[in-house]
Amino acid sequence: MRDDEPNVPEASVSRRAFLKGGAAATGALSSALLPETAEAQLPVATTPDARRTMVEMRVNGIPYRHEVPNHTTLLEFIRGDLKLTGAKAGCDRLQCGACTVIVNGRNIYSCTALAVEVSGAEVTTIEGLAKDNALHPLQQAFIEHSGYQCGFCTSGQILAAKAFLDRHPTPSEDDVRLAMSGNICRCSAYKRILESVMAASRAMPV
Amino acid sequence: MENFSYSRPATLRDATAQLGKEHGRVAIIAGGTDLLGEMKDELAAPARLVPVRHLREMQGVRTVGAGLRIGAATPLVDVVENRAVQEQAPLLAMAAVKVGTPAIRNMGTIGGNICQRPRCWYYRNNYPCFKHGGSACFSALGENDFHAILEGGPSFIVHPSDTAPALVALGASARIAGPGGRERIVPLDAFFVTPRQDVRRENVLQPDEILVELQVPNAPAGSRATYVKEMVRETWNFALCSVAAMVTLSNGVVSDVRIVMGGVAPVPYRALKAEAAIRGQRLTETTAAAAGAAAVEGARPLAKNGYKVPLTQATVKRALLSLA
Repeated sequence: MRDDEPNVPEASVSRRAFLKGGAAATGALSSALLPETAEAQLPVATTPDARRTMVEMRVNGIPYRHEVPNHTTLLEFIRGDLKLTGAKAGCDRLQCGACTVIVNGRNIYSCTALAVEVSGAEVTTIEGLAKDNALHPLQQAFIEHSGYQCGFCTSGQILAAKAFLDRHPTPSEDDVRLAMSGNICRCSAYKRILESVMAASRAMPV
Repeated sequence: MENFSYSRPATLRDATAQLGKEHGRVAIIAGGTDLLGEMKDELAAPARLVPVRHLREMQGVRTVGAGLRIGAATPLVDVVENRAVQEQAPLLAMAAVKVGTPAIRNMGTIGGNICQRPRCWYYRNNYPCFKHGGSACFSALGENDFHAILEGGPSFIVHPSDTAPALVALGASARIAGPGGRERIVPLDAFFVTPRQDVRRENVLQPDEILVELQVPNAPAGSRATYVKEMVRETWNFALCSVAAMVTLSNGVVSDVRIVMGGVAPVPYRALKAEAAIRGQRLTETTAAAAGAAAVEGARPLAKNGYKVPLTQATVKRALLSLA
């Protein structure tokens, strides 16, 4: 989709990249992948191109700031720009749930949201769930109950479940079936996904 | 998806000022669930997007007088979970929770839900049909399994919204902002247009107008309501047919009734004949069946959607009986 528009064209090396001493395009590319530092709070020269926007968001607690073409989806931003590849590109049309991430506490399909529209938000991806070396209770439960087969849909399943359990800590099985109804598992591990989510709901502090 | 210009307008007035006079050149984005799909499929290629979710007057539910004001950019989840909606217009909450999936309801807005474009597969596959400015409806003689049985022609799309039938049944109106601070209020039963009125569009919104809010009168005291949606599977789909029904019983007799159907006509279809058939009657197997039959009076199914006639008939009957 964006092959025709490299994300950081050489012509618009940002001031941030310049200050880092990386006037070469490679400097701009690699600096974009780094979490925000105090230095990057300096004013950045704004681009005159109305078709590109500086996007800022906290992903898994880490602030990022990155200029992208406006048509960049949140999924492309997370996978391509931030190199967080846990969210998967599946159907690209709100029809599978593999791209699920949590934005401001709600699970959404990141394939059909624009990065510029999510600017300013708090985003959680699967990479943000484990704390130190401890897996999130949902991750642990999916392992213990084999809540996956090929694993492609799993990050989306776990994040949809997390957004739900954070609001409904003591659900019934039917509540969980409805809450998970927007995430397809092509291997059809649904029974074990349900078991995993129920087990996690019992393991998570209310 | 083509790239586009994008900047957040500070006010509603700034937003309308960005719109212009030509359909398609500039698009309003709220939840984006329909629009971005259209852009990915190259059905739409706006040069500019105007975001509206951050505008205060387009966000949230307020109680005003004997009704609700719902910002058009309010996510469906917030409509479903809102206490005032549940108490004052429960039919709307019942319909909104049937949209898509939890993630779609977290993203999609109520204004976007009633303004979404048709799901017809010819339209979505960019056939040069009436909706794209062409001179044919390919479904008429083609694959028309999911198309209109009522009010069809020259285009046979069906209106895909779940919230629209509920809002029409509740007697809601749309508050619409135009350029220079102009505003108009349009009752929803005049908001949607049939293909005979305008074959390219599904509603009266002009290119330089924004649907700002929905004004929803409280459901009548003592009324009961239900929204029944039939799909090819239990969830995550558009309606084969849906029925928003609201009745008021006095001494066991229907004194007031609204029946509005989705998925069967190019607009949310108010089944006036079904309403007339059940008004003044008790809700019984016989009277509900008669109302179901009246609901599909005048239906003209195409080659492959004949099943929708008995399906709709039965859905109206079941909806009414559930309110007895």
